[in-house]
This record gives sequence, structure tokens and C-alpha cells, in this order.
Amino acid sequence: MLEMEPEAENIRYYHTLKILEEKCQGRMRCMRKCPTQAIRVRGGKAHILEELCIDCGECINACPEGAIVPLTEPVEQTSKFKCRVAIPSPVLYSQFSVDIHPPEIIAGLKKLGFDYVWDVSLVCEAISEALRLYLEEHAGPWPVISSFCPAVIRFIQVKYPGLTEHIIPLEVPRELAAKEMKLELSEKLNFPLEEIGAVYLTSCPAKAVSIRQPAEKEKSWFDGSISIVDIYNPLLSAIMSLGEEEYKDDLDGLSAIGMGWKVIGGTCSFLETGNCVAVSGIVELTKILDDIEKSKLREVKYVEASFCLEGCIGGPLAVENAYVARVKTIRLEDRYGKQPRIQKEKVRKLYRKGHYFLERRIQPRPIKPLHPDIAKAIALMKEKEKIYNLLPRVDCGLCGCPTCLVFAEDVVKGLLNISDCVYNSIRKERSR
Amino acid sequence: MNDDSLLDLEFEIIGGDFNQAGRVSTKLKSILKEVGFNPQVVRRVAISTYEAEINVVMYARRGVLRFKASPQKIVIIIEDEGQGIEDIEEAMKEGYSTATDEMREMGFGAGMGLPNIKRNSDRFEITSEIGKGTRLKVTIIAGDGTRS
Repeated sequence: MLEMEPEAENIRYYHTLKILEEKCQGRMRCMRKCPTQAIRVRGGKAHILEELCIDCGECINACPEGAIVPLTEPVEQTSKFKCRVAIPSPVLYSQFSVDIHPPEIIAGLKKLGFDYVWDVSLVCEAISEALRLYLEEHAGPWPVISSFCPAVIRFIQVKYPGLTEHIIPLEVPRELAAKEMKLELSEKLNFPLEEIGAVYLTSCPAKAVSIRQPAEKEKSWFDGSISIVDIYNPLLSAIMSLGEEEYKDDLDGLSAIGMGWKVIGGTCSFLETGNCVAVSGIVELTKILDDIEKSKLREVKYVEASFCLEGCIGGPLAVENAYVARVKTIRLEDRYGKQPRIQKEKVRKLYRKGHYFLERRIQPRPIKPLHPDIAKAIALMKEKEKIYNLLPRVDCGLCGCPTCLVFAEDVVKGLLNISDCVYNSIRKERSR
Repeated sequence: MNDDSLLDLEFEIIGGDFNQAGRVSTKLKSILKEVGFNPQVVRRVAISTYEAEINVVMYARRGVLRFKASPQKIVIIIEDEGQGIEDIEEAMKEGYSTATDEMREMGFGAGMGLPNIKRNSDRFEITSEIGKGTRLKVTIIAGDGTRS
């Protein structure tokens, strides 16, 4: 076997998923579920390979022991700021019973101690309009892919690095909302920017990571994130204790169209053109990215992509069932009406000024190849094929690798020995 | 050239099998990514092999795709047994197609295949004999063997 050369560069990736060793029973559910094959079970415990993990959170739901937890911020974390602002993902509005309306949820958050609650749904609507302008002007390559799901972005960076130029360079609503909030409040309250703390309330582990380590800019406008799972119970109690005078049930400052963003197909239905497709879930996402890569999707101009089934409402850190949350979102739209809440002309002006664009384009982050030298990598590739052909190819997983192919790869990388294949050992034993 | 550092693969393509079309392209793509070729080189290989596969599926009984990759360059040869191309010069024009209505119904035959392969290759050679088949040779320069 070829000698592995030391890695030239070692970039550390920040992740929000943590495996609790004492809880992990090594049952491999997470390993089989991981879309980037980033999990191995060694010594009876699951381990995440940092370089491959895209923080999609599939493993969180797969674990029967609840041993994989998201590392989001404890609620007290932001107390160091003079002014604490909660920015809830519109997903939050779909998590409670239909009798609890968004204004009550916002009032409940204030009761929990946030000085302000800033809404994202209006920004969602404004960015939908910016998206329409972008599609009108864009000259190719087609189709373009939506930028708002960070797990999709990371999946493309890692597994489809050649497609990063298809990602729309528009800013995501949460970041734009945080930026607008900080600039506005800082002026209004006469506070320096760094004294205003922005916390995102989210159903998504990948967004928590993207706040700590953004793919498209130096620094996020957020100072932390709290999962909906974590804030749900205290928030519900706060809402229950609200008096009628503590909130006003109207849509002031909110957008029903924007709330629809969090359900897959939200931006497509806004655009109202026939050449958009909305894809959610890893299986369909993989198919469509494969098709785009070989330029098969010729008639499609825009792909709205969400890693979680049904969109952000299907996020692993949400409380409500995704399908129920979907219906609740539709009911919110019915209740508040689908009238535009933004001024198109104002959006158009800001668009021209670059207000809605990312600070920088998304760059590829390809998986480390078998060897830094292509010639040696090809030799290792062949060696891997040879090893693979010796394996049972049933993907039993007992070696701690998700598939026999990954096992063969780990062998040529020098991480495992061919004798670590339990299946083969038993076969040998029997034929003795 | 050290034999170990050369990838040499061969795939069969069955004519008329639209369901399987694109399978070879997907397979090659994943191999090249793993070996660590530049993402844009991988993309060009993916596009040109996909288009070539589709052409075989549409116009031939069967075909063979031979794939050779060294760190410096990638050579793809596709030979098919089929109807052949009457006027190669016409066939190379964008939008020119002899596809049947049925093929068009399935979303193929927009007349972009050959031009698309040519656009994505550094060298493109095509020969064809009516009633016998077509041979394509596509060369894609991968670089000097090091990663940029």
C-alpha cells in the first residue's frame, strides 16, 4: 500500500452536533442515515468526521438514544449584551396550536426577557422580490439554486463543488434581518453595534453553524442561536401567562407571504412562473444535483432546494410535525391574506444598490481526495477497487463503516485493516 | 507513463434504454471527484459523457464508452453500432436534430448534444459511417497533474 503523506493544510470546521459518549450505544442508525457518510463507529461509539459533516441534523433524529445533540446557545448566553433581540425563524409561528397567533408568540418572547423581537417574514418577502429581479437579469449558467438552506449550500460545496457557481448570490433573510435590525436599533437607541445581541430561534442545526462559521462572509450578524426545541416550553408558559392587553392581534410588521418561505415551494409559488422546481429531502436533492451537474435540466431556470423534507418546518430542531406545521402555515396565510406587505419600488432601489447580495460568492469545499497527488490518488483508487471486490458488498456495517465501499476507502487510507471485515472473518472461519 | 497512475475503464451502453441513460456519466463523475480532479474538469467530463450516452441511446443499438484518465488529460472514446450521421457539419450546429417526436416528448433531441460535447472538450474528433455507426473522441486537458 502507498504511504499516506501528511496533510498540507488542516482547516478546522466548526460543528454544532455533539455525540454524548455515555449515551451512545453504537447502534449505527446515525451512520446509515448520514448523507455524506461522515460517521464511523469505532470502539462501540459513533464519531463524526469533521471534514465531511454538513450539519444537516439527519443523525439527530436517527438516534434512538437521543445521544446526538445540537450545540446551540444556552438561553442565558446573550445576557452580556445591553440590548437583547430575538429574531425568530418564521417556522416558530407554525409550532403552536392554531389559536396562538404570531403577535402572541412575539409578546411571549418579550416576556422571556428579550428587549426586542425582530420579524424575518417581511425580509423574506422583500428577498422574494429581489429574487424575481435577479432571475430577470441573470444570463446563466442555468438553473440557479436558492441560497437560503445552509445544509444545501454545504452539501453542494462538499459533494458538488463544480456547482457552487449556480448558487444565487442573494443574501439569506435571517442575515439581512439581523443586519437591518442592528443598524436600525443602533441609531434609534444610540447604542454601539456591539452592544446589541441578536439571537436566532431556529429549527435548523446547520443555521446554528452558519452563524458561527458563515460560508459566504467573514462574520455573521448574529451572536448566537437557540433551538426551537429548547425554547419551546418556557415560551409556551410565557404565552399562556399573557394578558389580553399585552399584545395586539394584527399583522403589523409581519408578512404572511414571507411566512410561506419556510414551507418548500414558498418562493416558487411567489414567482408564479412555470420553470421553477422545489425540491426537498436528501434523496430528491441528490437526484436533481446529479442532473444539473450533467446539464440535464435544460428547461428549469430556478431550483428552490431545502435539505429537510417539506422545508425548514421539517427541521430536526422543530417541535411540531412537519406536515401539521405546513397546514398551520397555510392557515396563517389564509387568516392574514396574501396581500403584498412590501413596496416593490423600494426593494428595486435597494436591489440596485446591492443591498440584497451576499458579501462573497460561495466557494467549493471538495472532499479531500484519496491522495494530494492525482497520480497516487488514481493508484489508491485502483487498490480500493481491488479491496472492494474482496468484500461481501452487503453493507452490513459491523466494521463501523456505512458501506463496504467506505470500508475499502478506509483501508487504503490506512485507517482500517482488511481483517477488520467481520463478514469475511466469519466466512473464513466457516470454510476451515 | 506509470500504469498505476492511469485510469482505464470501459462501459457498455444499450441503445433505446432511456431509463439507464446517464448512469455511466454519474459513475465517472464520482470516481473523478474522489481522485481529486478539479471540479470544473469533473463537470466537463460529466456533461460530455452524458450527452454522448444520450446520443448512443437515441441513435444506436449499442455502444462502448472507453475512458482513460491520467493526471494530465482525460480521453473518452465512444463507439456505437447504429445509423451513423449523414451530415456531420449539419449535426454540429446548435439546434439541428433528427430526433423523432417521441424522443422530443421525452425531453431529448434539442439538437444541443454534439455542440455541447464539443464546447466542453479541448479536442473533439468525430467520424461516422452511414448504417454502421459513429465514433467520438473527446480529450479534456486536466492540468499539469497538480491541484490548483
